Amino acid sequence: MSSEVTDEVQAGEPEDKDGRPVADSRPSPEGGDRAQYGVCAFLALLGAAVIVDALGIPHLTSGTDPVGPRAVPLILGGLLLLLAALYAVDVARGGRGEPEAGEDVDLSSGSDWRTVVLLIGVFLANALLIERLGWVISGALLFWGTAFALGNRHYIRNLLIAATLSLTTFYAFAIGLGVNLPAGVLQGIL
Amino acid sequence: MDNLNNLMQGFADVMAPMNLLLALIGVVIGTAVGVLPGIGPAMTVALLLPVTYGMEPVQAFIMFAGIFYGGMYGGSTTSILLNTPGESSSVVTAIEGNKMAKAGRAAQALATAAIGSFVAGTIGTLLLVLVTPFVVDFAVSLGAPDYFALMLLAFIAVTSVLGSSRIRGFISLLLGLTIGLVGIDSVSGQQRLTLGVPQLADGIDVVVVAVGIFAVGEALWVAAHLRRKPAEVIPVGRPWLGRGDWKRSWKPWLRGTAYGFPFGALPAGGAEIPTFLSYATEKRLTKHPEEFGKGAIEGVAGPEAANNASAAGTLVPMLAIGLPTNATAAVMLAAFQSYGIQPGPLLFEREASLVWILIASLFIGNLLLLLLNLPLAPAWAKLLQIPRPYLYAGILFFASMGAYAVNAQPLDLFILLTLGLLGFAMRRFGLPVLPLIVGVILGPRAELQGRRSLQLSGGELSGLLGGPVSYTVYTVIALVLVWPLLRRFVVRPLRARSAA
Repeated sequence: MSSEVTDEVQAGEPEDKDGRPVADSRPSPEGGDRAQYGVCAFLALLGAAVIVDALGIPHLTSGTDPVGPRAVPLILGGLLLLLAALYAVDVARGGRGEPEAGEDVDLSSGSDWRTVVLLIGVFLANALLIERLGWVISGALLFWGTAFALGNRHYIRNLLIAATLSLTTFYAFAIGLGVNLPAGVLQGIL
Repeated sequence: MDNLNNLMQGFADVMAPMNLLLALIGVVIGTAVGVLPGIGPAMTVALLLPVTYGMEPVQAFIMFAGIFYGGMYGGSTTSILLNTPGESSSVVTAIEGNKMAKAGRAAQALATAAIGSFVAGTIGTLLLVLVTPFVVDFAVSLGAPDYFALMLLAFIAVTSVLGSSRIRGFISLLLGLTIGLVGIDSVSGQQRLTLGVPQLADGIDVVVVAVGIFAVGEALWVAAHLRRKPAEVIPVGRPWLGRGDWKRSWKPWLRGTAYGFPFGALPAGGAEIPTFLSYATEKRLTKHPEEFGKGAIEGVAGPEAANNASAAGTLVPMLAIGLPTNATAAVMLAAFQSYGIQPGPLLFEREASLVWILIASLFIGNLLLLLLNLPLAPAWAKLLQIPRPYLYAGILFFASMGAYAVNAQPLDLFILLTLGLLGFAMRRFGLPVLPLIVGVILGPRAELQGRRSLQLSGGELSGLLGGPVSYTVYTVIALVLVWPLLRRFVVRPLRARSAA
């Protein structure tokens, strides 16, 4: 598994998959992509955490299980540390991953963090409120909030769409198909 | 003949009006969701899983078959009309398909894609029926060491063969294996990486992982880079093929199928290689070489058929051995498991009627797809113009609903968000997603088979070498790993010399 893991991003060969139309989509042509060192650090931390967790597991082996539950996490943690190092070497040598392109993705300008943070907030609100308020209300808030975060300003129209969507899904899935969705405060009303 | 009878029985079961209706609904929503920009077939299946939660397995599988082919076809529509393929397997279709659409031949491009998909899907499913029993017979004879070796091969294949950067593929795989580790160890009953959270004892549901990485990750990624002006959609009428187009299409369909199925059926398969091969072949064989690069119909017909045949091919190792080789098969496998059904050689004994119903539904779904998509193409094209805030709001809405519904616990929504952020980071740093999904699904099973092998040998590592199958597989793995070295030190110098 640890044989030569070089990063070969040969341009122009047809077997390079992801040969999407990525011309002019590189965010910044200058130098290496320093943020990748953050990924190395994350991998190293994750590897260490996996090893620490594995050392906390009682070393139980038996005739039917000579390996025990610790071996695989220990190997995996070791591999994570190894890959973190190899990745750091690759980054230092100028290796970089191609950010994913797509239909609606415009990589020529920077990242819009405000939208992302708003989305995360809306998403967390749904996770916190879903049991208390019920899916119909929290789901509608999720839809409305996401549309708002992404720049849609038709407040009333979006509210109607969101309410219709969450009511329809609730009736179709929770009541029609027996899927687990909470009714919350609207228990007894719906 | 036994299988033929089973298949006929499968058809008989699917033909019940209620089941036909489910197949139809599956095809329609599969296509509708698959057509949406940014949603590939795997994400389509993952997002639509909750629709089937309340159903019996039989009904659910009938619907899956429709969703599976519907999602595939939806993806090619997007790549033809928008020139931005949803996943790597439709990259090639977009090359000529979008040029055709721009030249005013969108209707023909969609028609050759639809009919080609039908031809390839039907032949592919037929081959699936013929080949799978042999693979099952072969798989029954495999022991734990052989399975372990095959799973290692799948890991190496998704990281080394398919991606452009091995190191990034391996990172993604390790992340997946780590996620797969969370929960109670099935052999010893010890908790691993659960952080003392009782809900994590059962592990992180694969559906939550798939939806988080695909759907939430994609929504966050697009949100950070949303194009102010959506890409232009080429208007399209009802797809049709003229006489000349038929003549130019049918051979590429068949050749594409011939490329696609074997590559899909191999444990190291995938749709990228056969679609490229098909494109290259058609370019060489065509009588209209001047049209290539400007919208040649052969360049759509061949790769599209290869893509669909390869999708049918991936079902062979998925059903017979339990090995998923592309993202869609991985999500399908997760769906099977959520019904407590374990794909593998025993599947055909234990759940025979279910398997044959699934296969019969694949035939029916494929036919429905053709009947529906020719008249409905203009409507699908309209879906491409959906305002992006609504599209991604809808994706997050259904992703949350699906993830919550798996276990009815809000914790899954927090996990979903965490995985979404991971998916975001992976897109940012160009880490491929497929190895992670395969790692989550196969990791725990590979560990189980590995430990079983060592149990037989009393802990000696030699237990991992089972027999001829595992020797062969390890040889292949070694070759795959050594190939870049060979290419650098042997092939390139040779090429350079012959070029000089």
